Amino acid sequence: MTDATASQTAGPFWHMIDFPEWADLLRADGPNAGAAGERIILTGRITDGDGAVVPDAMVEIWQADADGRYDSGFHGFGRCATDGDGVYRFVTLKPGAVPGPGNGTQAPHIVIAIFARGLMAGVMTRAYFSGDARLGDDPVLALVPQARRATLLARQQKSGLWRLDIRLQGEGETVFLAA
Amino acid sequence: MSDPIPYRPIAAGSQPPLDLPSYRSTGKRHPMAAPVHIPTTLTEASAPNFATPWYAPHTNLSVVDGKAAMGERIIVAGRVTDENGRPVPNAMVEVWQANASGRYHHARDQHDAPLDPNFLGRGRVITDAEGQYRFTSIRPGAYPWRNPGPGWRPQHIHFGLHGTGFAQRLITQMYFPGDPLLVMDAVFLGGGDEAARERLVAVLDPELMQPDWALGYRFDIVLRGRAATPFENA
Ligand SMILES: [Fe+2]
Repeated sequence: MTDATASQTAGPFWHMIDFPEWADLLRADGPNAGAAGERIILTGRITDGDGAVVPDAMVEIWQADADGRYDSGFHGFGRCATDGDGVYRFVTLKPGAVPGPGNGTQAPHIVIAIFARGLMAGVMTRAYFSGDARLGDDPVLALVPQARRATLLARQQKSGLWRLDIRLQGEGETVFLAA
Repeated sequence: MSDPIPYRPIAAGSQPPLDLPSYRSTGKRHPMAAPVHIPTTLTEASAPNFATPWYAPHTNLSVVDGKAAMGERIIVAGRVTDENGRPVPNAMVEVWQANASGRYHHARDQHDAPLDPNFLGRGRVITDAEGQYRFTSIRPGAYPWRNPGPGWRPQHIHFGLHGTGFAQRLITQMYFPGDPLLVMDAVFLGGGDEAARERLVAVLDPELMQPDWALGYRFDIVLRGRAATPFENA
């Protein structure tokens, strides 16, 4: 048995592998053209321990399709770079509820992974959707201290526009998850 | 539906701390709170399929439009396995690196070293059924950075991997054997214990060398593995 290879920072020049079109999971010439479901935008600002924006982060998402399936052929992966204001933005489908441990159900969620200069390893969190009736039964949210749960709840700014800011450190620090 | 087999907990010393004072940029970016440990659910145990036409391989970084890049041509190859020694097929391996003079083809790289029009420095490949990958490239140069210490990063190639579960996502760096800058590099030294750091250094491999053409380096990569094998009636 060999331990996993050590993580190293993505550094400041990871944009060499940035393909901005990957941020639009529904693009007409992409793997999900024509996929059924509710189109949404997931966006937010990433800040550091001083509250300063993080303008050089690599953000990736991973999610199920509109029916909560990972094996349907929907390509639930996206990548984007934060802009000069620390903002990431994805166009995607609202995922469905996903099977959870036991015979449980996980509320609809999108995994967000962040890599950057100054992060020796990526950090992962989840965006849930505020107001979803299934949040109370979600087995992962249940593990997060009540007072910090809001850091995982995207809020609807207007129809189809969901915002989740991410604080890497300090006041209002986002809850990061490790499987 | 049966639950996914959980990933093994991360072995002590095998990964870097997020709070690494010798690497200044970690100061304001590392989370203060420990992560919340969650079970391996379907979300973490599944992963995007990159073995599709949207992720076409690009494995020869040493030429652009048929014109050869400057520098020492190298072949970098290896095998991607999990912690249980099983090959990981269909893993996406991405690489990016500086050119032979230590300059990235990147707008924000201010290093006063020449760009090479014949070197862009990025590649992608999907591992085969045995978990193997292979690139042709140029040995990157060392480059300066603003961090307390000697101010130069050792020669390295950045690697990004996606495996069969999103929890296996890994970004790392490959280093070259015998590089004298290694012992003073905060990022390399912060990578974990001695065994963990050793695994970040590629091996000069005569089997990979091509006479009159290229040197060869082997860099095997291990992704997280599941804790146990499933039983028939589990
Ligand atoms: Fe680098």
